[in-house]
Amino acid sequence: MHSFGYRANAFLTFAITILALICAMASLSDNFNSPSPTSQVQVLNINWFQKKPDGDDEVSLTLNISANLQSLFTWNTKQVFVFLAAEYETPKNSLNQVSLWDGIIPSKEHAQFWIHTTNKYRFIDQGSNLRGKNFNLTLHWHVMPKTGKMFADKIVMSGYRLPEAYR
Amino acid sequence: MGWIEESVASIKSFKIRQALHQAVSLGMIVASALMIWKTLMCVTGSESPVVVVLSESMEPGFSRGDILFLYLSRDPIRVGEIVVYNIDGRDIPIVHRVIKVHERKDTGEVDILTKGDNNEGDDIPLYAPDQYWLQRHHIMGRAVGFLPYVGWATIIMTEKPIIKYVLISVLGLLAITSND
Repeated sequence: MHSFGYRANAFLTFAITILALICAMASLSDNFNSPSPTSQVQVLNINWFQKKPDGDDEVSLTLNISANLQSLFTWNTKQVFVFLAAEYETPKNSLNQVSLWDGIIPSKEHAQFWIHTTNKYRFIDQGSNLRGKNFNLTLHWHVMPKTGKMFADKIVMSGYRLPEAYR
Repeated sequence: MGWIEESVASIKSFKIRQALHQAVSLGMIVASALMIWKTLMCVTGSESPVVVVLSESMEPGFSRGDILFLYLSRDPIRVGEIVVYNIDGRDIPIVHRVIKVHERKDTGEVDILTKGDNNEGDDIPLYAPDQYWLQRHHIMGRAVGFLPYVGWATIIMTEKPIIKYVLISVLGLLAITSND
């Protein structure tokens, strides 16, 4: 009854149960955090705007992104992945989402930032629909926990417009 | 070293009835593991509800040996989600982030482009030749939960099979010699 194997088994089972319980509690505690992040994005310049040889429109932007994501961080947060996407509708597609810039925020101290950058990923449309196009810029974030459930949310900023002519 | 003698003694006193009992309980363990896995498949809607991260392409978010829980609802795929996809002709699924989505108005079909957070470029080189987009049917699930380190057990067992065999034989021996 009280053999070595029996005790080792009981000990292991107990240890794993407690560990799982602690992980679950750490993940559940994230729900008590109600974040209130803020963000502002300006399009400073249209660097160039053209139709590629294969017929798709491509545009290069200079952006000024500022955000305060400090309230997203809890004790169970490993990092926050933040990215800016352009979202628009075209006659063919009900939704186009194109990621323009992203970054990894490792800690709360770095969660208030501003950055002046050109788009890191190419802003290419499926087709030639970008002239005079109204689009939204959406700041998305993805909270990666030390353990447990991942959270994601976004701020939509509307009222951006691309020029009528290629340049 | 009493337990070794005990084990030897219990092997010596092997009875057919006891052996059958052991076989049944072993069967029960295997069957219930299979039942849990299949139930998870039904609940999550994903053909593999739990995956182990094998590469470093999502560092520092996910490292090798971390476990991801997948869930595939009917909700459309959106930019920023971490999806697990399977390319035709490749047997290892890949966990990467969606960076582009184009959703068709008439059919609702989607074109998806992915990228690993730790990779320089996007995933087009990883796709099949002449494939530029992922479609819905490539997606096996989206990651919703995360558990660190636990997957190392499976990585070690697949890379050093000898450990797997030692483990199985020790467990088997324990199952045969246990009296309860």
